[in-house]
Amino acid sequence: MITAGCDVGSLTSKAIIMNNNRIVAQEIIRSRIKPAESALAVMECALQQVGMTLQDIDFCVGTGYGRDRIPFVQETVSEITCHAMGARWLLPTVKTVIDIGGQDCKAMRIDKDGKIVKFITNDKCASGTGRFLEVMARIIGVTLDDLGGLSARAKAPITMANACTVWAQADIIQHLNDGVAAEDIGAGINNAMASRMAVLANNIGLERDLCMTGGVAKNAGVVIALEKLLGMTIKRIKKVDPQLVGAVGAALIAGDKCERRATS
Amino acid sequence: MIVAGCDVGSLTAKAVIMEERKILACEIILAGTKPAVSAQEVMDKTLQKAGLSMDKIAWCVGTGYGRKQIPFANGEESEIVCHGRGAVWAAPSVRTIVDIGGQDAKAIKVDARGNVIRYIYNDKCASGTGRFLEIMADALGIALDDLGKLARNATDPVTLSNQCVVFAETEIISLVNEGRNVADIIAGLHRALANRAAAMVGSIVAEEEVAMTGGVAKNAGMFRALETALGVPIRRIEHPQLNGAVGAALLARDAATARF
Repeated sequence: MITAGCDVGSLTSKAIIMNNNRIVAQEIIRSRIKPAESALAVMECALQQVGMTLQDIDFCVGTGYGRDRIPFVQETVSEITCHAMGARWLLPTVKTVIDIGGQDCKAMRIDKDGKIVKFITNDKCASGTGRFLEVMARIIGVTLDDLGGLSARAKAPITMANACTVWAQADIIQHLNDGVAAEDIGAGINNAMASRMAVLANNIGLERDLCMTGGVAKNAGVVIALEKLLGMTIKRIKKVDPQLVGAVGAALIAGDKCERRATS
Repeated sequence: MIVAGCDVGSLTAKAVIMEERKILACEIILAGTKPAVSAQEVMDKTLQKAGLSMDKIAWCVGTGYGRKQIPFANGEESEIVCHGRGAVWAAPSVRTIVDIGGQDAKAIKVDARGNVIRYIYNDKCASGTGRFLEIMADALGIALDDLGKLARNATDPVTLSNQCVVFAETEIISLVNEGRNVADIIAGLHRALANRAAAMVGSIVAEEEVAMTGGVAKNAGMFRALETALGVPIRRIEHPQLNGAVGAALLARDAATARF
């Protein structure tokens, strides 16, 4: 049984191909303007890795912000459900998942079957989402990938006075003009991001184990700061890139649907 | 007796010189990075207009974001108090003031003497402040001062689905790419900002008449959008952007009268 999951986000698009619930191909690309194009492009890359075409896929589930525009999926499922399923499969002891997307932030509590018990999401305010880090990284002139490493080298991290992304930009420019070291500014940015996420996470009531999904999970500065704020270890996802968890969940759900279709 | 008010905001600095109940001179300049320098510059220009020197000013009250750094002020007062006082002086029937500044927004309820009864204030979120229009104008490549004029040509204003400045900026860029009429986009921006302001006004249980102060009040499109959002006509006052400085000058007169 060949199944696939396609997660079209605002910033990146992800695809996973599974053969009997084993990952055989995975891909992440930068999203294009049109979700349909992003979906086709990322799935094409993943298919190429295993020498397959769309016809070889028995069932494909779409998720993410652009899920309703994906031309080749049989069904669509919300990101929350997909992240819960994916996280549970990758780390079976996980009960709380924090997912940071390019334009949103979610915290969810799940039961032993990967079903959602409680969730909270912020997509109203850029602060606390991936966009916050993206804007801040651009201002201090580092890549998103390099931002996370700055925290470890910081001596005296700045404290950001403003949560709003717009006001925080002005604060950062002020710090740059004052000659504050990039490491200290970067650490301050990572800490500010973590504190916004902690508010959301505490809101749903944390339960061990805790993990983080989405691209920001690769930012060590944010992860360590969040662990300190929550007083809880964050389990690292090592089997796949944390950015792929939603697509993994979608492919697993595709597997369930495919089996159910076969038996009915 | 000659008194002065100086209002150093985040974007502009304003000064007013008054004698008894008459404005002798006033000036608005763009604020620099140092409030003290901006304050000095705007006051020097105003004094020059009035043909006066600083030693002729019996009392000066400072207000605004940079009020603690005005070197020549004899006292300071919050913008809320100054706007309340200024608006009731300019239009005695005013009981509610909506002030949209460059970095904040306020709704203020006052009594017949301009004393503050109740107020609400937002400086935490850029959306709902003048910065919202500034950033959007920039994204559209349009001068801030032209927004009001351009909005007049709107036929079908857009409805923004995002409130956050960061997300709304992306949204309007895609609206432009979709070929939406710029006038309709601008009218939609005015409507969005007006709705934020109206929500603040609602929360202080506003009373008529309502006045709008701050630089944003000079934008005719914004003025109309706020009237629509509130469902009541807004009382026009002569110098909306100078209102805080006028209030400061009136408070300076009170202080000087009590003292001398």
